[in-house]
Amino acid sequence: MRVPISWLREFVDVPADATPEDVHAALVRVGLEEEDIHTFEITGPVVVGQVISAEPEPQSNGKTINWCQVDVGEAEPRGIVCGAHNFGPGDKVVVSLPGAVLPGPFPISARKTYGHVSDGMIASARELGLGDEHSGILRLADLGLDPAPGTDAIALLGLDDAAVEVNVTPDRGYAFSIRGIAREYSNSTGAAFRDPLLDPALVEAAAARRAATGYPVTLADDAPVRGRPGCSVFTAGVVRGVDGSVPTPPWMVARLLLAGIRSISLIVDISNYVMLELGQPSHAYDLAKVSGGLVVRRATEGERLTTLDGKERILSAEDLVVADESVPVGLAGVMGGADTEISDTTTDVLVEAAIWDPVTISRSVRRHKLPSEAAKRYERGVDPAASSAAAARVMALIAELAGGTIDAQGYYLDESVPPPVIELPEGFAQSITGVAYSADEITGSLTAIGAAVESTATGWSVTPPTWRPDLTDRWTLTEEVARIVGYDRVPSELPVAPPGRGLSRSQRLRRSAAGALAAGGLTEVLSYPFVSEQSNDWFGAPEAGPVPAMKLANPIDPDAAWMRTSLIPGLIATARRNLSRGLTDLALFELGTVFRPEPGVQYGSDALPAGDSLPSEEVLGALRSSIPPQPWHVAALFVGDAVRKQPGQAAVASGLADALGVAHQLGTVLSSPVTVEAGHHQAMHPGRTAVLRAGGRVVGYAGELLPALALELDLPRVVAVVELDLDVLVDLGSTEISAAPIASFPAATQDLTLVVSESVPAGELVSLIVEGAGELLEHVTLIDDYRGTGIPDGSKALTFAMRFRATDRTLTAAEATEAKNAAVALAASRVGATLRE
Amino acid sequence: MSETTPITESDVAAAADAALTAFAAAGSVAELRAARSAHLGETSPLARFNASLKDVPADQRAAAGKLVGQARARASQAIAEREAELAVAEEAARLASEAVDVTAVPLRWRAGARHPLSLLMEHMSDIFVGMGWEVAEGPELENEWFNFDALNFDEDHPARAMQDTFFIDPVSRHLVLRTHTSPVQIRSLLDRPLPVYVVAPGRVFRTDELDATHTPVFHQIEGIAIDKGLTMAHLKGTLEHLARAMFGEEARIRLRPNYFPFTEPSAEMDVWQPNAKGGARWVEWGGCGMVNPNVLRAAGIDAEEYQGFAFGMGIERTLQFRNDLNDMRDMVEGDIRFSQQFGMVV
Repeated sequence: MRVPISWLREFVDVPADATPEDVHAALVRVGLEEEDIHTFEITGPVVVGQVISAEPEPQSNGKTINWCQVDVGEAEPRGIVCGAHNFGPGDKVVVSLPGAVLPGPFPISARKTYGHVSDGMIASARELGLGDEHSGILRLADLGLDPAPGTDAIALLGLDDAAVEVNVTPDRGYAFSIRGIAREYSNSTGAAFRDPLLDPALVEAAAARRAATGYPVTLADDAPVRGRPGCSVFTAGVVRGVDGSVPTPPWMVARLLLAGIRSISLIVDISNYVMLELGQPSHAYDLAKVSGGLVVRRATEGERLTTLDGKERILSAEDLVVADESVPVGLAGVMGGADTEISDTTTDVLVEAAIWDPVTISRSVRRHKLPSEAAKRYERGVDPAASSAAAARVMALIAELAGGTIDAQGYYLDESVPPPVIELPEGFAQSITGVAYSADEITGSLTAIGAAVESTATGWSVTPPTWRPDLTDRWTLTEEVARIVGYDRVPSELPVAPPGRGLSRSQRLRRSAAGALAAGGLTEVLSYPFVSEQSNDWFGAPEAGPVPAMKLANPIDPDAAWMRTSLIPGLIATARRNLSRGLTDLALFELGTVFRPEPGVQYGSDALPAGDSLPSEEVLGALRSSIPPQPWHVAALFVGDAVRKQPGQAAVASGLADALGVAHQLGTVLSSPVTVEAGHHQAMHPGRTAVLRAGGRVVGYAGELLPALALELDLPRVVAVVELDLDVLVDLGSTEISAAPIASFPAATQDLTLVVSESVPAGELVSLIVEGAGELLEHVTLIDDYRGTGIPDGSKALTFAMRFRATDRTLTAAEATEAKNAAVALAASRVGATLRE
Repeated sequence: MSETTPITESDVAAAADAALTAFAAAGSVAELRAARSAHLGETSPLARFNASLKDVPADQRAAAGKLVGQARARASQAIAEREAELAVAEEAARLASEAVDVTAVPLRWRAGARHPLSLLMEHMSDIFVGMGWEVAEGPELENEWFNFDALNFDEDHPARAMQDTFFIDPVSRHLVLRTHTSPVQIRSLLDRPLPVYVVAPGRVFRTDELDATHTPVFHQIEGIAIDKGLTMAHLKGTLEHLARAMFGEEARIRLRPNYFPFTEPSAEMDVWQPNAKGGARWVEWGGCGMVNPNVLRAAGIDAEEYQGFAFGMGIERTLQFRNDLNDMRDMVEGDIRFSQQFGMVV
């Protein structure tokens, strides 16, 4: 809401020296957040001038300019060159003299042009910041003004005003009016407030509106939405014999502009002006174009209406319309119809000021994607008591500014529900805010916001004002007391929570996992979870085929409309961004959730239970299971060098080893050992992919991207990735680790070389050695893989370092050898391994 | 067969002198070894004198023995000293030869980093864990009921439209990406025994285009405390504790009236940041208030008996003003240079 300060002053005593910043500060204290300050950005001297003479002078470029002598209230007239021709001697115009700055900023100076020194500029409305009109210079006579030459035109045209813009929260529709803001300014500062609705002339005119009859209006809402009648108050009245071509006075144009509304035509401007002033929207119809009276009804499905913005709307049966005897003439509370629009030739004006149901209005706004200033107010609630006053004020302004007479004919109906009476027990507000309010503070603040307060034996009976539909219970009243008395009165006290149990196991382990990867040289990234369908199909499953995934209805980027089923697409996108910035050696990781709908399951709810009470167990259970599984995953990506080339150090390229390292490291850190086997994944190199298992379950994959895929993604040929289901790893990990005693007897070490077929994975031999050697074998590791001379074709010689130890004695060499031989025998029998001496 | 060598004082002294000279002249351990063999070995003069002692007449043997013994002792001591000297020199030479340019030693570790947003969420969570609170979590893809209805957002209220919600297709199934971490409030109230004191850090979503000040995916931390007798004073006390833990003992909290459907009264909170770059200042930090009784009712809690407060703040925003960041995009693009400025510290 943008509030011109001159307008605010009409209803509340703003100190003469108050700056826009002071007004902002006052409004912020009562909960209207500061947004901006708006001015016309114009500085003088800008004065009224009277054209004494205007000599047309044709120029070589084909233009004709006027060389004018203009009386600007000085001893001598000024010579000014002007390119416009819509004025002549005698006309009073606005002259910006050298030194003035017009909006732009456009500084004015005396300058030589077309053979003259132009000692200023005759301004158009647009050059002054008064709208888009650029048909010529501004003739003050057109505005009905006849000031003396030399008069300050900035003040004359209201260009010295400023507006403060505040953010109005959606519960406070009344603050979308100067009336409401003035009340809040008063609440904040104590300055005297004058409610425009209580202005005696308006009170009388409004009463006349309410008493008027004879204009035919039918309220026929046969399908209220959510049981709420679409219209609760309706005022109609007629002004006859107006001149639709009269221009809007500059003070009104200036105020509208500062408030953010463009001037359109006098009658429309008046309607907008009163809406800004009182918060009550109204609509003016060209009475001649309305056949019969008005009918308020639901639209018939598919009915058409061309709204004032020129668009044809196809209506829904839920839309509320104002119709004449045959067709809709407006979408109620949202926008009027083009067919009955006011024009220059309008002579009789039908004015409507109604109260529309917020639900109906907000649904129509969403359905037709048609937000409007009127709808914004109706959605938040308009004061039903303002309807007749607003109609009266609009009609009075039309009669005053456009001529015409107010017709005795009219219509008024008020079916609004009076505000509830709320019991506010003594001490309740204190029990919520912790502030010990006095009785005077409570009654004073509630009275200040317009409520009627009566003392009772246990506290107060409070009737909120008609413009505060948000005040529904003692909590909302408490906020008003707290707000008006001041939030700065709230003391500070630290509550004591019962003893907590610290982080959950899953939370602790996720931190450990992330910490271990970062300590291991990887950089954490947090990528958006929005991916393409193709990314999900590639990375969401090891086998080709469509992967079930959740799709956004309103994505920002239509190419990334799907929720990720894997973290790898995000890592790839991040890697590409880094590579494009010249960062070539990358080790990235992400911990995050993925969205994994089960195939064939329809998620979501048909309808939602009300939010005002606990749903049944059954309904709640359905809500809980209406969302797809969203497990935590961890993934990493490596590209470039793991160790860069340095003096005495060859480069070590990153690759599968790094990806597998992540898997092993996480298995160790989470106490959930991960085993590795050759595996298949559609997006990975067929010979360089490992399936990762923990506790017998597949927990993820590690591998190098398919080189063709890497190239398609503009990545280097070797990109290693790994992804693990972190939730499963955490679940599988040991929760109670029973620590074995550490033996201190000497160890016996032996190397063992086995020759086996190349097709036997080393990991399988390790398993066999562990199984065969028995419990004396403390540790075994592969230290060499030799193929070539001395080894048969198709075979390889794998050398293992073994460490034996007994827990209760010093082991003899013979015992160690015996254990080793047992391992050899098992490997021989299972995979045909032979011992290489 | 043995040859007797006559033992004379001058011969013994000459042999000893010759040994000392040879030891001193040895320039390496190898040369010293040769000198030892020549002057102390079995065939050396001093060894031969020693062997000849048995032939010395008994009455002179003690004197001769003393003479030879002292000479050999002198030689032995000298070689031991020289041996030690040479060992020191050789070790020094070896160390000198092993010297490297420590400014050019290869780095085999690379620097990793946590994301500062993750670290900040953990840091803020830990402050609450220190007060006995627990950390709650909930799904990011959420049913509208948890995200809106149960939080007192009427389906037709403008506040609901203002949230710029991502909907899951089809919209009629009422699934959304949570617009705030507040659905975790409801889930916590439904799942945990009272009293409840939890914080919920996490990722949230709104349909804003990415620019310097907006991102469609961002993070919040939300807190809720429901107990008997909690008031706005406790809310303010909790926020002030958090502010002091994060910004220093002089940090303060200021509350301004605001509106949120799920709190009543509601407030906007500003924090006094005493150590801000460019001078202490008030910074807008987040929203808070007393939990609306309608929210408690949706969770089946008796709003006459229990009440409490809730608050929430943006992690990105907190990182921005706490660490002088200007551009939101730096936080979301994953450029490794960004996170690496922080390492494991935020």
